[in-house]
Formats: sequence, C-alpha cells, structure tokens
Amino acid sequence: MFVRLISLIILIAASSNASARLEILITEGVNSARPIAVVPFKWLGKGNKPQNFSEIVAADLQRSGKFSPLSIEKMPKTPSNSKDIDYSAWTELGVEAIVMGEVKPDTTAGKYIVTFELLDVLTGNVNMPNFDPVMDKRRSTISTSQLRQYAHRISDIVYEKLTGERGAFLTRIAYVAIDRNSSHPYQLRISDYDGEGEKLVLRSKQPIMSPSWSPDGRKLAYVSFEKRRSQVYIQDLYTQKRELMTSFPKINGSPTWSPDGTQLALVLSKDGQPEIYTFNIKTKALKRLTNNRVIDTEPSWTPDGKSIIFSSERGGRPQIYQVSLATGKAKRLTWEGEINLGGTMTPDGDNLVLVSRHNGNYMIAVQDLESGELRTLTKTQLDESPSIAPNGSMIIYSTVYQGKQGLALVSMDGRFKANIPANNGEVKSPAWSPFLQ
Amino acid sequence: MNRSMISKGLLIALPMLALGACSSTTDADAEAAAKLQAEQAAAAAKKAAEDAVQTDTIQAIALTAEEKLVEQYTSAILETTINFEFDKSVISPKYATILDAHAKYLVNNTDKSITVEGHADELGTPEYNIALGERRGLAVSTYLENMGVSASQITVVSYGEEKPVNLGHNEAARAENRRAELVY
Repeated sequence: MFVRLISLIILIAASSNASARLEILITEGVNSARPIAVVPFKWLGKGNKPQNFSEIVAADLQRSGKFSPLSIEKMPKTPSNSKDIDYSAWTELGVEAIVMGEVKPDTTAGKYIVTFELLDVLTGNVNMPNFDPVMDKRRSTISTSQLRQYAHRISDIVYEKLTGERGAFLTRIAYVAIDRNSSHPYQLRISDYDGEGEKLVLRSKQPIMSPSWSPDGRKLAYVSFEKRRSQVYIQDLYTQKRELMTSFPKINGSPTWSPDGTQLALVLSKDGQPEIYTFNIKTKALKRLTNNRVIDTEPSWTPDGKSIIFSSERGGRPQIYQVSLATGKAKRLTWEGEINLGGTMTPDGDNLVLVSRHNGNYMIAVQDLESGELRTLTKTQLDESPSIAPNGSMIIYSTVYQGKQGLALVSMDGRFKANIPANNGEVKSPAWSPFLQ
Repeated sequence: MNRSMISKGLLIALPMLALGACSSTTDADAEAAAKLQAEQAAAAAKKAAEDAVQTDTIQAIALTAEEKLVEQYTSAILETTINFEFDKSVISPKYATILDAHAKYLVNNTDKSITVEGHADELGTPEYNIALGERRGLAVSTYLENMGVSASQITVVSYGEEKPVNLGHNEAARAENRRAELVY
C-alpha cells in the first residue's frame, strides 16, 4: 500500500480535432443595442451554400452587446447589392446599417469569391450627392477552410466602422478542459472565441493550469503537473515545441506574458511564501517583486508593461494591488467587497476587471480606476478566471452552469451574457488571445 | 420430489432388481466368485493405504503489510487524509493520532519519504487556491517535522482546486475537497 504506482505520464502535443464543441447560448438580452440588419448572403453557385456568413456575423455583433441584429422574418427585402436598396423601408424599421453580400464559386475548385458591403441607412435615405452610403465594400477569394474565419473578419470590419473600435471576433481562446472519461483527463484546448473549431494542444494525466498567450499569439505559457509537481512551460502552437521555464521547489504558478513578449510574471514560493517574480524568457533572470509573510499571487501586466497587478493578503483578506517595476512600490487598488482576486487592467488602462466576493458569492466585477466605483457584472456564485478581449469589449470567464464548470461571456457593460457549455467534461481557466492579425 | 414420491419409486424398482438376479446362470458362478475375490483384495489394499498416516504442509499465519504496520503504529497509520475548515490551514487536534503515527513511521524509516498534497475547494480563484493548498501542505509538513521527521523526507505539492475528490458544487463536497493527503 505504501508504494503508489506513478503512472506513466504521456503528454501528447497534438493538434487533432477534439470531439467536444462549445456552443453559445444567449441568456440575457439587451434593449439599448444598436439595430442593424445582416442580410443573408446571396449564394450564386449550385447546391448548398458553403457557409452561412450572415448567421455568424449577426451572432458576433449581438454578443458584443452593442448591436441588435434584425431577424430575417422582419426584413422588408433581402438584397445582396447596394444598387437594389430601398432605404426608406429600412429607415422605418429603425435599422442603422445593413451588411449584405454575395458568395460565388471561384474557377479554382474549393475556393469562393466573397463580396460584402456595409451601408449607412441614414445617408442612403437622405440621398445627397457626395455622400456615399457605402461605408465599406470588399471582395476576397477564400478557400473552404477559411470561410468561417472570413465571416469573423467581416464582423471585425463592421464593428470597427460602426464603433471606431477594433473588433475582436477573429480571436481565439485557450482553456483547460477536464474530461474524466479520458485516459489523459487534463487537456489544454484552443477554439475560436465563439467556441467553434476546437483543437487539442496538450493532454496529460495530471493537472494543467493558467494558460497565458504570448503577445504575438504564437505561444502559450502554462503550468503543468506532469512531473507531479508544478512547472511552468512555454509551448509553440505551430511547431508544438515545448520549453521548460521554471521548476523550482514548491509553487511555480500563474505565468503571464509581458506586453513586449520578453518576460513572464509568475509566482514562486521557493523562498517561503508565494511571491511575485518577473522571469526573463531568454536569460532566465529572475527578479523578485514582493516580499512579505502572506500570499501574493495572480500577477498580470498593466498594458504599458510598467507595473504588475496582483492579489495579496497583506491587508488581511485578499485584495488587489499594483506594484511598479521601476520603484518596487506597491499600492492597494480595491477597497470594496469582502475579497477581491484575479485582477486585470483593461487594454485602455481605465478599468480593473476582477473576481469580487459579496455575501459569499464570487462574481465578475469591474472597477473604475479613477472613481474607484465597483460594478458587479455577473450574478452567479462561482465565477472566476476573467480574461478580457483584446479590444476590451467582452470578458470570458469560468462559471458553474447546470452543475458543471463551463465558460461564459459577458459584455464589458454587463448587459449581455452568453454561456458556452462544454459538451464533454468541464472547462475552466479561459485565456483570450491577443489580436491575431 | 417429496418423501412419498421417493418411496413409491422404490416400491417399483426393488421387484425389478429381484427379477434380474434370478436370471443368472450357474456356469458363470465360478467366474463371478473369482471377480469378487479380486475386488475384495483391492478394497483391502485401499483400506490399508487409507489407514496409514499421512502428512501435508500448511500456510503459515502471516500478517499482511498493513496489519504489520497497524501492529506497530496503530490503525491511524492507514488514514492518509487531513481535512480543513474553509479558508483555513490549521490542523484540527482530531488528526493528531494520524499524523503522530505517520511521523513515528518516518522517524523509524528514514529511507522512506512522503509527499504531502495540499488541496482546496472550488471557492476562490485557482491561483489563490494553489497558495492555500500549499499552506495546508506546509502545515502538515511542519507538524511532521516537529514530531522529528527530517525535512528531507517530506515534499509538499499543492494541487489547489484542480484535483477534487468530490465533484459536487455544494458545501458537503467542498468540505471533502479541503484537505491534505499523505502519499508514500
């Protein structure tokens, strides 16, 4: 009995299709979102159309919480070209903009020519010379495997034209899945931001934690217990090459990539308590940033790369602090709530997204850094691991949904929420990729 | 089949046997007598063999590895889980007998080493729970060291909330998951 068989740990850095597919369900609507029409793209070929562009684009725009796509039944017509538009009919419905397009087979097999237009309904209705209602118009040749990505690309263009802010629909998420029926239950997977196109990148018999994207979107840093202890690894997603970063005694945890890609912030407890360090990926040089007798953990970089946000028990219960890399001085950022954990600054540097405990419930919250005002965005009890879209529009987080751990999206204003339940096993620790092109 | 049916069966069978005996011839009598004699001799030989003494081996009454440990260190040595209160890493006095037994074993067997796995429930973030799990592992490690176990025999690994024993999302499940496990 005293010898536990240490089973052989097989790690497979694979990129085969995982069987699970995530699916987004809308759990809460938005009244004030801007009305927009995404007209079904006209298929000019024979047989079934290769991809439902309008469905993907409409879902993307809706999830951002900023747009309310008109249902197809309510559309007065389904035009596919700006020459055929009766703007007054769309104005009456209050539609601000129309997205439309055409898809036809290319002369090369397996390729399609996709055209789309974005129209400003108000300008079109006024019909004044020198004011073109066509806000954008593009034509591209796309191969079958790239069609879905191109739909997200259209969403990005529409989103940017209408909001002035870069779209984040052509991005990915990395997360940990636990499939207890598998011989290697702990799995690191990547999918499109909407849960489609899921791929397995690593599976292990022992836990995997804390995926973090490199700023160029090529690599992931994560914690693996494959040697029955925590170690920080970096894995190249394209070459599958893995590199061991740290393997100190005790905790090697919570790696987060610096904005310039040269360093990791991480947690080591080799000298006693869990402390925050920076680690130079090339030189392996370590720099300790915190030093006290309590827990310091969950480092994340401020967008300017000059300081690190972290959680600390130095004031009693865990709260969020910020330490300057130049001076080493730390200041407390959160004061409201019983406990605050897992803080990350939004890309504009104005807000802090965190996990806040109120009445024993752990919820995703956002704190205005100037006013200090804290707003909870979620109402569930076990929400954690918030990760912000690179444009700051949405947050992905883990929650318990129908008795299972799964992922969910919430718009930054908290008005739109969508669950992404896992079809097989439980899913946690999501990390939103940077912009990928 | 009940008793009355068996007796009815015998009433029919016995007269049939009597008829069969009457049909034997005198020519065969000598042959039958010789055969009977041979059979009697064989039976006698067999009986003699049976009456002779015989020996055999038996299985020695040995204790299992567990029983031997229990004999020396009490049944507490078989317990390997220490549970904790929410957000706490203080060892309850009720676990003293378990930890004392393991400490005694490790002191007596300095070639043996132990891994103390620290675990947390699902409340709070995974990163915070790794820190909390380590705090629990270290509390157990410190206890063992205070009982004389060499620090070099103990490794502490925190798995935080990543390896729950109970997959439920209620308080009973969480109480089970807040634990340290002794692994040899």
